[in-house]
Amino acid sequence: MANFLFYLFAGITLLCGALVVLNRNPVNSAMFLVLSIASMAGLFVLLHAFFLGAVQVLVYAGAVMVLFLFVIMLLDLKEEERRRFKLLAMAAGTFAVVVITAIFVSSFHRTVFFTPPALAEGDTLSLGKRLFLEFSLPFEMLSVLLLVAMVGVILLSKKELK
Amino acid sequence: MNVGLEHYLVLSSLLFSIGLLGVIMRRNLLVIYMCLELMLNSANLALVALSRYNGNLDGQVVVFFIITVAAAEVAVGLALIVALYRRRQTAHVEDLTSLKF
Repeated sequence: MANFLFYLFAGITLLCGALVVLNRNPVNSAMFLVLSIASMAGLFVLLHAFFLGAVQVLVYAGAVMVLFLFVIMLLDLKEEERRRFKLLAMAAGTFAVVVITAIFVSSFHRTVFFTPPALAEGDTLSLGKRLFLEFSLPFEMLSVLLLVAMVGVILLSKKELK
Repeated sequence: MNVGLEHYLVLSSLLFSIGLLGVIMRRNLLVIYMCLELMLNSANLALVALSRYNGNLDGQVVVFFIITVAAAEVAVGLALIVALYRRRQTAHVEDLTSLKF
């Protein structure tokens, strides 16, 4: 059952990821990105990272993608459908991607994988203990980062940018 | 064959490659940004899988931090794109060549 679910979610993630790249309409791309991220949350749950799966759906599929769609609606992006892909850029990009994938695959071939007896359980309790006992300083710094980002966004989106 | 760490790592590297292909191939700033998110997510998947199969939760804490930083980054980046669009009326990388030699 877990194997079947893995292949199902992996297939959806890869297919929707490819459609994000291939789609000419940015709104469709954003929708496929939502699907891809949601099925990745399913993969997180399969990896027993329950808290991260929930955060993935709430933050990525919810907040971030709403922001993306809002900006797509704000800008008029109809122009995209008239432009063609550049052949040279496509060839160079495909070459680079093939090389990087080959590097990944060859490094996996040389690695010996084994399953340890104790697998990590990413439930909310243990992750929260980890977060607030050992990583409390980075956690607090993250809140400062969010505040700085918020101030920056407000400054950037003011009407007259000096 | 049971699904193990290597399956997740192969999936994550394939997803990273797809995102990279999008970043190189697409000419629209917003779509490039979405493909960047895809690459970031594939790194998250690799971290979660490695954390599970090493029996150590630190990887998942890092993924939590990455998701938060990515949310802040998306907000700032989209504000920059909107400000750019206001000045130049375009969101295509081909039209933004002021720094080109």
